[in-house]
Amino acid sequence: MGKAWTFGENMNTDEIIPGRYNITIDPLELAKNVFCEVKPEYAKTVQPGDIIVGGQNFGCGSSREHAPIAIKGSQAKCIIAASYARIFFRNCINIGLPILECPAAVADITEGDDIDVDLASGQIFNRTNGHQYQANALPDFVLKIADAGGIVNFLREHDIQELMRNEE
Amino acid sequence: MGTLIEEIFARKAGRPVQAGEILLLDVDYIMSHDNTTPLAIKAFRDIGKPILDKNRIVLHLDHAYPAPNVLAAENHKKIIEFVREQGLPHFYHQGVCHQVMIEEGFITPGAIVIGADSHSNTYGAIGAFGTGLGSTEIGVAWVTGKCWFKVPETIRIELTGKAQPGVYAKDVMIYIAGLLGMDGGTYRSVEFGGEYISNLPMNERIVFPNMSTEIGAKCGLIAADDVTIQYLENETPAKGPFEKIQPVNPRYERVVEIDVSTLSPQVSCHPDVDHVKPLEQVEGLEVNEVYIGTCTNARYEDIEIVANMLKGKKVNPFTRVIVTPASERIYKKAMKNGLIEILLDAGCTVTGTGCGACIGRHGGILAAGERALTTMNRNFIGRMGSPLSEIYLASPATAAATALTGRITDPRGYLNR
Repeated sequence: MGKAWTFGENMNTDEIIPGRYNITIDPLELAKNVFCEVKPEYAKTVQPGDIIVGGQNFGCGSSREHAPIAIKGSQAKCIIAASYARIFFRNCINIGLPILECPAAVADITEGDDIDVDLASGQIFNRTNGHQYQANALPDFVLKIADAGGIVNFLREHDIQELMRNEE
Repeated sequence: MGTLIEEIFARKAGRPVQAGEILLLDVDYIMSHDNTTPLAIKAFRDIGKPILDKNRIVLHLDHAYPAPNVLAAENHKKIIEFVREQGLPHFYHQGVCHQVMIEEGFITPGAIVIGADSHSNTYGAIGAFGTGLGSTEIGVAWVTGKCWFKVPETIRIELTGKAQPGVYAKDVMIYIAGLLGMDGGTYRSVEFGGEYISNLPMNERIVFPNMSTEIGAKCGLIAADDVTIQYLENETPAKGPFEKIQPVNPRYERVVEIDVSTLSPQVSCHPDVDHVKPLEQVEGLEVNEVYIGTCTNARYEDIEIVANMLKGKKVNPFTRVIVTPASERIYKKAMKNGLIEILLDAGCTVTGTGCGACIGRHGGILAAGERALTTMNRNFIGRMGSPLSEIYLASPATAAATALTGRITDPRGYLNR
């Protein structure tokens, strides 16, 4: 269970973490300034397990991996967005930050709602208003990376060819 | 048979491919810079396996170079130590990574080049597949030489007609960004073609794939033709033969036709790249800084346009006018041909090469309440400094006219030829 923090459409990586803070790669340091311009109260009061809720094209702009790392460092449980910008999507998968795509949830959730997320099934439950939503399924090979906790962990144990075993 | 991206991927996969398929492909070059390499080094160390092929790795220092603070210096130090430790042969601090990648001949038609920088789409101007990734995937590619890609659907932008004097590729691309919106190309390959593109020199072509990033595209592509081959042969050390890969009976998700002769100079207004207006609608808006630089518009020809317009004149004394050539090669040519002197005489500040003010860490940071008109490709809130500053994007000619008056100004009244 976590509190929902809602963000708008086209949330870009400069807004998630401005370039001037990208001089470190320490997740906890980055987390101190995450969303500092669009929602300064987030970094100060976020609790482990809270949920980020974003609109269309979440994470657009610069390829900076500092953005998903900053969110992961803030100990948010996952992101639920209507859609993701492509580099940000890959970055989240690769670093093991769970992401769900669910326009219905995004349209219905308001800031502060209590949200339950079952990452394996993609089911989202809004305890505040009693509504349930189903997120879109992720491709098989993406789940393999997510299950390993990120691509780095996956490659420690496996050859990269194994990612595609059921895809090609 | 297929779109340009399907044709490029098919050559690498060794079989025909279609949009929607997921491929694991060998990459030709793996690019990263001072902002993104430290995290790639961390991923590489965490994986704990050796580099597959040192020749495929290209590293740059450009984002905060020379170092504006101790932390940036620590980053540079870490990268240089890594280059020496691993004996990496391709290491540059001669300008913006994308410009240097092209100038040094790493980009050829059909090549697959991944970069830990969102504007790696730029390489599509040469008919290569270039795309931006995060640092971890760069570390992964150092070890595996491979990367997974979903073959994207394609949006074809068909550009016809001849642009009016004072209207450049930048104006056309800003117009496209306004038309498609900042998520209009998400996950898509955006293919630019038509007679307008065929007649454009390489320096102008580069603007389209470069800014395809701003509409969310996975890649922006221009099919290689005689202009491409001549550029590669005359301006780069790239070794041929080069294949002019073309779309063959392509099936496009969408075709957008634009007659560029109808366009006037365009401006992307604060705070979104798709907040586009014809220049006439923002003319007269006061600016505090004019910035001419970046991987979008700081090539020799861009600086030449600006110098021709500023020659013998003075820029507005209350406007900071900063010029950052995209590469040292461009800088030297501009110096040799007297352009740097013209700019200095006009009151511009000419900085060393690199990404400069574009990422808001040095070389022209904006204060609260200030407004800049720049030749950059993105105008996110706070990108150049204070979150209370504003960024307007335009062509180098519009930037030069604006530098003279201190207000957003139509370049068509100032063109010397």
